[in-house]
Amino acid sequence: MKHFSIVSILVILLTVIVYFFLQAVGLLPTQASSQAIIIDQLFDIHIGIIAFLFSLIVVFIGYSLIVFRRNKQMPDEEGQHITGSSKLEIVWTLVPLAVVIFISYLGAISLAETRKIDPQALDIKVTGGQWYWSFDYPDYGITSDVLYLPVGRQVKLSLTSMDVIHSFWVPEFRVKQDVLPGENLVKELRFTPIETGDFMVLCAELCGGAHAYMNSPVKVVTDGEFQDWIDEELGNFPQDPESLGERLAKNNGCFGCHSVDGKDGVGPTWKGLYRSEKTLVSGEKIVVGEDYLYNAIVNPNSQIVLGYPANVMAQNYGELFTDEEINNMITFIKSLE
Amino acid sequence: MNLSGIVKGILFQIVGSFIGAGIMGGIRALMGLPWKTEPAIVLGGLVGAIAFMVGVGAFKDWWKMALGEEVTEASEVVGKQGLSRYFGFSLDHKVIGIQYGILSMVLLVLGGSLALIFRVELAQSGLQLLNFVQFNTLVGLHGMVLIASILMGIAAMSNYVVPLLIGAEDMAFPRLNAFSFWIAVPASIILMSSMFFGGFETGWTAYPPLSVRGPMGIQMFFLGVFIVGYSSILGALNLIATILTMRTKGMGLFKMPIFAWSVLATSIISLTATQLIGLSFQLVMFERLFGMSFFTPSDGGNPILFQHLFWFYSHPAVYIFVLPGLGIISELLPVFVRKPLFGYKWVAMSSMGIALTGFLVWGHHMFTAGIEEYLRVPFMYSTLLVAVPTGVKFFSWVATIWQGKARFPVPMLFVLGGIIVFLLGGLTGPPNGTVSTDLHLHDTYYIVGHFHNTMFGGFIFPIFAAIYYWYPKITGRRMSETLGKIHFYLMTPSFFLMTFGQMRIGLLGMRRRIADYDPAMGFDFTQLLITIGGYLIAISILVFFYNLIVSAKKGESATGNIWNSRSPEWDILPSPAPVHNYAGIHFNVVGEPYDYGLIGSKYVELAQGIHQREESD
Ligand code: HEM
Ligand SMILES: [Cu+2]
Repeated sequence: MKHFSIVSILVILLTVIVYFFLQAVGLLPTQASSQAIIIDQLFDIHIGIIAFLFSLIVVFIGYSLIVFRRNKQMPDEEGQHITGSSKLEIVWTLVPLAVVIFISYLGAISLAETRKIDPQALDIKVTGGQWYWSFDYPDYGITSDVLYLPVGRQVKLSLTSMDVIHSFWVPEFRVKQDVLPGENLVKELRFTPIETGDFMVLCAELCGGAHAYMNSPVKVVTDGEFQDWIDEELGNFPQDPESLGERLAKNNGCFGCHSVDGKDGVGPTWKGLYRSEKTLVSGEKIVVGEDYLYNAIVNPNSQIVLGYPANVMAQNYGELFTDEEINNMITFIKSLE
Repeated sequence: MNLSGIVKGILFQIVGSFIGAGIMGGIRALMGLPWKTEPAIVLGGLVGAIAFMVGVGAFKDWWKMALGEEVTEASEVVGKQGLSRYFGFSLDHKVIGIQYGILSMVLLVLGGSLALIFRVELAQSGLQLLNFVQFNTLVGLHGMVLIASILMGIAAMSNYVVPLLIGAEDMAFPRLNAFSFWIAVPASIILMSSMFFGGFETGWTAYPPLSVRGPMGIQMFFLGVFIVGYSSILGALNLIATILTMRTKGMGLFKMPIFAWSVLATSIISLTATQLIGLSFQLVMFERLFGMSFFTPSDGGNPILFQHLFWFYSHPAVYIFVLPGLGIISELLPVFVRKPLFGYKWVAMSSMGIALTGFLVWGHHMFTAGIEEYLRVPFMYSTLLVAVPTGVKFFSWVATIWQGKARFPVPMLFVLGGIIVFLLGGLTGPPNGTVSTDLHLHDTYYIVGHFHNTMFGGFIFPIFAAIYYWYPKITGRRMSETLGKIHFYLMTPSFFLMTFGQMRIGLLGMRRRIADYDPAMGFDFTQLLITIGGYLIAISILVFFYNLIVSAKKGESATGNIWNSRSPEWDILPSPAPVHNYAGIHFNVVGEPYDYGLIGSKYVELAQGIHQREESD
């Protein structure tokens, strides 16, 4: 019995130490959504259990190995012949069973809390593609490559993918949802930002190629600032073809693969593209002109530039954009000559 | 010309691959279609694998049987002796066990080296060494090659040890046993060859639609895994039959050494779940080859279906990986603390419990995948339920150690290391198991840390323990204790450095499977530590290999029961173990397997009262 008292005290001590250590090192990023607070409470319970079970096992083993170690004088000493105890086994089956069911119950509540629906939620359609995010605000008719969110208001994301599976994750908001291709597989994710600031949405599901860089800025702003942004987006930007083209390219993920500053990417850079000379996979040498550009957008596989992969760029831009929009983008590319 | 089996097999495989590719080219040519590499390498790979088996001689006896000719009974075959027997077709379970072991270690080195390469890339932010496709290929192959290594490793332990433990002369189906091993060789070659056909971008999980697009190396990945699956399924079948029907007289199921129970549980999973990963990979292969759109939504498919099929195997698979290792821990612990295994029946049943509940939890890999809302909570309950039988194992180990008179030779160090590391793996599981916390953790480096703990604790540490422990049974010599201790004391802290680092940055926002990360997140230093940890582990394993090879010739001679164990392979057989194990020796089970500390009791005893046991020094 003496041993058990000592061990119990040591277990409690170590539990407390481990628990406070894990709390002190700051395991999680800041809590920037109301879901983060709920989820972190459950994390807290987990950390407590981990600290306790870790201490329980480690202290018992460590104590026994040290205190009951073999007597130097009796190198052949054998242990006691104890083969088991059904009573103990039943205890350490039933108690964990109860704990596990209880935790699952807490888990279910936690999940339900994070999914609480606010009918006033702001609707945003999120589109993921290799390798960009694009955000549509149907209430305002705005498309953006930055996710602007008003603080304190629940958002309801409807997520869909243009190609492979992606996953929407902002670590500070905690919640995550895979983004699937297919019209019947649009998924929903809700959260309520509670802190203004700059964050990043990261693609969390391996999506090939530039997956690591499939990140877009998230700006959580006050109501007033949000309204300002909307006003600006709706009217106050230049309406000349070049600027319109630039906006289109930016908001539809073109810059995920094509740079405008000369850096090489998944696709050729646009800087200096117009009127440059290129060799195609077919061996043909061409000079980039308007017709080439139009074709490269609408039917990219027909003229792959040597050194770049086929089948990467979407094949349906011809349907997605009007001719006017495509011409605006071409005007923009020309401006980068 | 007398080529050893493996060389002949590989030559046949090369020729077969070209023939297969040629046939595909020919068929397409006849149909008026141009040359296409992808179908050609698939058929080439398949024909190559079959050709390998022909070359190595796996079909020879079966062919003769089919023709009605006489073949020698497996129990009468006296194979080659000496080192060369390990490189050709043999029916002896001990030779096959070693062959599996060699393959496992080769794959361990290959798979580990892949990680060492991409860890250099990750040691600092920015892209320095690799491009995206190379990085993704390395990550995916690292995962799958090591899974293959683990499967081979558990097959090595099961094959070598189980018949010895239960007093059998060999496995139930020796020819099938040899087939199961050899098929894994061409499969591993095919798997590795995916690197040379453009690689693949999908990680080991190969989710479509990503795996439907992109480089064709994925086909070799699929085909390799598909064929390795045969090895697993057939090997499992053999082990189940062996354990159920070939135990020595008087050895009831509850008197078997506990390792046999864990192998039984594992084999039940392998036998029944492996088909699902084979199927899911096959479907993607067909989608790529024939345009059958199983998983492409725009053509009526569903990408989530793949995830269900895949995880229906791959979750139980994680228990395939660890149950044998946990069995090793339960098997060795009593020997080294000189106390009975606490609650033998409960430990045995907990393996079965884990195996069965393991089938009910696959959905926990899909909490964020977009499965139906109402499915997530039941999967959470079932997932956490697995903690109960796992807990039984831990508590029983602790009770076994309690008041034991522990000895600390190298195998015991690895047993204790395995317990602690697996404890960390188990404890980091429940936060993934409750849905809302997993929404944060899924697809982060935290998961990477979690499963490295489970794999190291449940497989790597135990298999090292097993090798140090049974090595004298194989060679008649001991491995060096000093080098073994260096191995242990270098590997264990390095491992902690690595996985604590992984979990730390994972919680803070490091995603898994990314080639580069934003320096603004402040992960650079920890990433560097993780890389250093990985390299130190590699160095410790080099020490192990040096020890393994040198001790075979120079190790201290150890022919008797050096661990003072009660189980028959030590108590009755000399080391190295004779060719047909107990042939000609009759022994009876006269006691419990783990009654250490009970004076005068024995587990097994030679019949006719002859006492052949050699005294250890
Ligand atoms: C009670 C103990 C355990 C629990 C509750 C648990 C729970 C989980 C959960 C929920 C996940 C999915 C996490 C995610 O992707 O978001 C996971 C991942 C994983 N677990 Fe465990 N686990 C436990 C023990 C084990 C054991 C014993 C093993 C190994 C034998 C293991 C191996 C893995 C692997 C390999 C993955 C990652 C698979 C992947 O996505 O690549 N886990 N675990
Ligand atoms: Cu799992």
